[in-house]
Amino acid sequence: MTLLEAKGLIKIFGKLTALNGADLTIAANEFHGLIGPNGSGKSTLMKCIAGAETPTQGTVTFGGHDITQASPAERARDGMSLKFQITSVLPALTLYDNILLALQAQTSLLNLALSRTRGVLHDKVMAMLEQFRLVDRAHEPASALSHGQQQWLEIAMALAPEPKLLLLDEPTGGMSLEERRVTGELLQPIKARCSLVIVEHDLDFIRDICDRLTVLDQGQILQTGSVQHVQSCPKVQEVYLRRA
Amino acid sequence: MIEIAVLVIGLLLPLVLQDYLTVYATRVLILCLFALSFDLVWGYAGIMSFGQAVFFGSAGYGVALLARDLGITSILLVLPAGILIGFAFALLLGGFLLLGRHPASVIFVALGTLTGSYACDRLARGWYYLGGQNGIPSIPPMTIGSYELTEGPAYYYMAIGFLIVVYLLCRFLMRSQFGLALAGLRENEQRIAFFGYKVQHLKAIIFSLSGAIAGLAGSLYAFHEGFVWPNMLGVVISTQVVLYVLFGGSGTLIGAVIGTVVIEAVSFWLSNSYQDIWPIILGVLLLLVILFRPAGLVSLLLSERERVGSFGRPGKR
Repeated sequence: MTLLEAKGLIKIFGKLTALNGADLTIAANEFHGLIGPNGSGKSTLMKCIAGAETPTQGTVTFGGHDITQASPAERARDGMSLKFQITSVLPALTLYDNILLALQAQTSLLNLALSRTRGVLHDKVMAMLEQFRLVDRAHEPASALSHGQQQWLEIAMALAPEPKLLLLDEPTGGMSLEERRVTGELLQPIKARCSLVIVEHDLDFIRDICDRLTVLDQGQILQTGSVQHVQSCPKVQEVYLRRA
Repeated sequence: MIEIAVLVIGLLLPLVLQDYLTVYATRVLILCLFALSFDLVWGYAGIMSFGQAVFFGSAGYGVALLARDLGITSILLVLPAGILIGFAFALLLGGFLLLGRHPASVIFVALGTLTGSYACDRLARGWYYLGGQNGIPSIPPMTIGSYELTEGPAYYYMAIGFLIVVYLLCRFLMRSQFGLALAGLRENEQRIAFFGYKVQHLKAIIFSLSGAIAGLAGSLYAFHEGFVWPNMLGVVISTQVVLYVLFGGSGTLIGAVIGTVVIEAVSFWLSNSYQDIWPIILGVLLLLVILFRPAGLVSLLLSERERVGSFGRPGKR
């Protein structure tokens, strides 16, 4: 079943065409990798899907609804969640509060003012911290974490509201090899719960966790298919793999 | 602990102060209420309102007109009216500045509110019905039944009563899950929009709430002073309240109170002792605190962790 469909996306910034007719289809519970050289349009495509950018042309449908003009908040309420390329945890708040903030986004303002959902959400907060191996540091400020741990925290924040689609923009950027391995382990179990679109430069990492790959080059889709199919495609080897 | 110490001192003060100082202290308490209103929007939600005096002054003018033209002075009518006026003005200004499809920048909101404050000041100065440059003098006293509330210990205790109630309400709200949402708004507005928060609504709500509190302060101030004048709406008071909060420590309620009390007390003392150069001395003092204690005076008493606090669960303070 198709969860997300982007059709003919064009995004122009001034004289630069960042996306030039990109199509992308994501099925339910699919792990999909976006790869391509620097400046190929991966992050722009991700932003058009998440609502951080509005495409100049083209449509995005999510769960059968056209969300091309929807705000990021509306998309989030529909079940889409994004982890930014640049880590954007809230450094002054504790890890606990960072996760609670993500979890309580759907709570009404009256219930927030009366703190009515804190009891219900407490167990979920602790479970997320446990899952991402951060529970021992629950009450420390997020600024005290290493870069890799901040990336995990942000993935946990994105995953906490139980989205239908999780968008991860370079989740292993700046991580050590060991941290990358652990990140892969942390992401595997979520397959049963949601779909994933991931932008990554680390090909080994993306090969291990993704079902399908899309390769972008100069704002256009070069190839889409299974990992094996894309890897064996001569055009991809020419444009991307050789450069990598 | 600090809050209780400040409360005890506040409650005992009229017993040891001379009458004229009690009147001055009452004015300071009302300004503390006004500072709380600014702290909510700036310290907690990160919205730079440089026009907080609009809500303070418009409520002051509103209740002054009620008293002058309609003879309405009952506390049960004038204070709710003042709160409503402050709320309505904040809703209007906030709606205009904050409710666009795209989030408004800090600079846009700061300049927009500043312009609003300046425009209201000029409007009041030029409007004959509002008394022009002279404002509205000789406002009849506020009444509770047949009792007239004039400046002195009774007004002081009423003002401290309102300050305590508003302080506790703000404290409850800022430590709730709503307070956490505001902390998220202040720290990274884009991040929480991607969680699904309606950030513009959050901003409009806290902005209007702060307008209501400023309206309460403006109403109390108008009846305490017995007159209102255009400065109550203008840029000088709007800036003064920013200094109170920066000096005391933004993002903490007690910081706003301490900042107001210290600035007003030091101003009072300096203006008596150094009549010609006291504004310069005060300015240097403010600069020193802001340079060397950017988190305000309250950072001498509370740790960073305590200042950020906890939300929607038992606090550590």
